[in-house]
Amino acid sequence: MDLRFTPDEAAFRDEVRAFIRDNLPADIRERMRLGYGPRKEDTVRWQRILNKRGWAAISWPEEHGGPGWTAIQKMIFLEENQVAPAPELSSFNITMLGPVLIQFGTDEQKKRFLPRAANLDDWWCQGFSEPGAGSDLASLKTAAKRDGDHYVVNGQKIWTSTAHHADWCFLLVRTNPNAAKRQEGISFLLVDMKTPGITVRPIISIDGSHHLNEVFFDDVRVPVENRVYEENKGWDVAKFLLGNERTGIARLGKSKERVRSAKEMARSVREGGKPLIEDAAFRQRIAQLEVDMKALEITQYRVVSAYDKQRDGRPDPLSSVLKVKGTELLQSTTELAMDVGGPMSMPIWAEELAALSNEPDVGPEWATQATGSYLFLRAASIYGGTNEIQKNILTKAVLRL
Amino acid sequence: MDFTLTEEQRLLKDSVDRLMTERYAFDQRKNYLKEPGGWSAALWSQYAELGLLGLPFAEQYGGFGGGAVEIMLVMEAFGRGLILEPFVASVVLGGTAVRLGGSEQQKSRILPTVADGSTKLAFAHGERQARYDVTDVMTTARKDGSGWVLDGAKSVVTHGDCADALVVSARTSGERDDPNGITLFLVDAGASSVARRGYAVRDEQRAAEVSLSGVRVDGDAVLGEIGNGLPLIERVMEAGIAATAAECVGCMGALYDMTLEYSRTREQFGRTIGSNQVVQHRLADMLMSLEQGRSMAMLAAMMVDEPDAAERAHNIAMAKVGVGQAGRFVSQNAVQLHGGIGMTEELAVGHYFRRCMVIERLFGDTAHYLAKLAVAVE
Ligand SMILES: Cc1cc2nc3c(=O)[nH]c(=O)nc-3n(C[C@H](O)[C@H](O)[C@H](O)COP(=O)(O)OP(=O)(O)OC[C@H]3O[C@@H](n4cnc5c(N)ncnc54)[C@H](O)[C@@H]3O)c2cc1C
Repeated sequence: MDLRFTPDEAAFRDEVRAFIRDNLPADIRERMRLGYGPRKEDTVRWQRILNKRGWAAISWPEEHGGPGWTAIQKMIFLEENQVAPAPELSSFNITMLGPVLIQFGTDEQKKRFLPRAANLDDWWCQGFSEPGAGSDLASLKTAAKRDGDHYVVNGQKIWTSTAHHADWCFLLVRTNPNAAKRQEGISFLLVDMKTPGITVRPIISIDGSHHLNEVFFDDVRVPVENRVYEENKGWDVAKFLLGNERTGIARLGKSKERVRSAKEMARSVREGGKPLIEDAAFRQRIAQLEVDMKALEITQYRVVSAYDKQRDGRPDPLSSVLKVKGTELLQSTTELAMDVGGPMSMPIWAEELAALSNEPDVGPEWATQATGSYLFLRAASIYGGTNEIQKNILTKAVLRL
Repeated sequence: MDFTLTEEQRLLKDSVDRLMTERYAFDQRKNYLKEPGGWSAALWSQYAELGLLGLPFAEQYGGFGGGAVEIMLVMEAFGRGLILEPFVASVVLGGTAVRLGGSEQQKSRILPTVADGSTKLAFAHGERQARYDVTDVMTTARKDGSGWVLDGAKSVVTHGDCADALVVSARTSGERDDPNGITLFLVDAGASSVARRGYAVRDEQRAAEVSLSGVRVDGDAVLGEIGNGLPLIERVMEAGIAATAAECVGCMGALYDMTLEYSRTREQFGRTIGSNQVVQHRLADMLMSLEQGRSMAMLAAMMVDEPDAAERAHNIAMAKVGVGQAGRFVSQNAVQLHGGIGMTEELAVGHYFRRCMVIERLFGDTAHYLAKLAVAVE
């Protein structure tokens, strides 16, 4: 047992760190440092810079344009990227679609979609959830009926993140409503968002942002060649997609970055007549978060190094630990950052208004932004399988009750 | 010991509850938000007609002669309605400053107009650099003949944008952080030397940045004692804490009801989500937090007029912590148990969530009051 990085791993980390330092555009870094989510163009710009270096398709094998990293290297990269802070890679393109096509896609599909996904030439979105099918995804109803060499899709998806930016959508549809088991009648389709019959409607979330959408399908014709894997075997693809990524699920780098930022900002505000950073209770709160982050870091190392050793493709139940503990940390570290700002975190920061006015900002941008992240990340324990569902998975897999 | 309401209190509660049910449904509230001030002028008049705007004032000042319990009842109903009007700013904060600090002449001049809704007050104490430190006042008031000249800036003044008059704290002596030397002034919000910039806070209520550049006021603008404004400021904040604690209980009650209802109707895996024991226990935890929070809001209400200042401050600090934590727990879990839909603007849940979040940070946050309590541990 050895907790230290090997010399190779340490050298790798330094290389990544230096690359990000030298190549992340300053304007993007500054916005991210203030706590803004990346804009679409920020994500595209940064992913293309990484892709040029061969570092975008991090979880793909080398023959498909991946860097050929070990799981530990991937983890190191993700953390350095989050801590920078830089925009994260498009998870739809890189951790979801790519591995699915590599595992299940035809050569034609791989050739057509993978390079464009790596370079973010196509922005993908994930059309899984429906109003009636959230935690119970297999109850989805959106129907695809075969009509010659097309499927005709009718139905509705919801919570589709960034569908309004998307060029393509990977979609779960029901192709056999009469299957003995619900899971057996589902197929996995790739849909061009420009196809007639698709309507995207915004959903504004409690942080005031437009990230989520409803997507309606009205007689949308999808070529049969855009089905991934066999008809009615889409559930296998979906399970693979949801279970295959264990590194990065905890987004530990993001939590670390929030704590670092909170510490820095806590020098500039006061509590009880002295800088907040000197306040004993505040320091204890940081200390507690650092303990929790350390535990998660080691758990993550364990999961990731086991992954490098066994590669049996089965999701490790410990990945549910990473998800639950990781999202709890994301939520408490963004809450911390918000609390540092105190009353200054409460106004809504209206960027447009500020631009029109010569008057000083209402509060420091970092404070108002911190609240935006806190509010949005209340969803972290909901998306990607709610934390209650994660615990159900653990119960089943580990406790065997 | 007695927790029952008098007949009059029950009638008051019923009438405000009814008003909220009839006039403050979530969809109606959306329309009020679109009104010019971001709240409903019609409801403001209605509050005045019902006597709510004069609730804590003596009858001789056009008031209702109510006390902290009446305020608690009304604020809980307002919390359920998630109202947008400047009741706390004008009646509770401004009203307390004038009621407890004003001269006979000031009270007779101002309170009747607050009670009839024609004057709206706001409490302009917090400053940008101060965070939650009450004594961190850098705005100054300089003697000028028989009057005073004020300079400085006030930050996140709740409903400061629509106020007709501001209760402003300023230093008449001493340095930043000095508990002595702070004085409260009544300032005409429309004066040309007062610049205000209004904006929305996360809970959709309005606030303003206020800058004072050479604001000239007469000698009779002083509210309370010159140089000894701190005890009065503390009374005002305590009244604010007690009122918003009750409001938070109203928010929690609404959140709990909505979540319970949702868990009974939302189905996944062929059964209601509420049939999962983990969801049931979460609801039980929410209910416990709500009831503990309610107890703390009652404590705050019953302590707000306690004559012993140390006793009063100590208990109100406890109530502040208890209600803040309860509000956080209940609102976070209400969102969680609603799943994706709980994250949207369309549903009321997120709006209550944000009001709880803001209330926890009004007049100081949980950590701030825990630190005060920690110092007092014997
Ligand atoms: C910000 C955000 C982004 C998202 N992005 C996408 C996306 O891009 N594409 C996509 O397809 N989906 C996306 N989702 C949807 C997400 O995957 C679902 O919200 C999630 O699966 C939960 O489903 P639901 O919202 O219907 O909640 P429900 O499943 O209705 O759950 C409601 C509550 O009940 C609990 N619950 C349900 N079943 C059980 C049980 N058996 N035991 C115990 N508790 C239970 C849940 O934990 C939750 O607290 C996103 C969601 C959010 C909030």
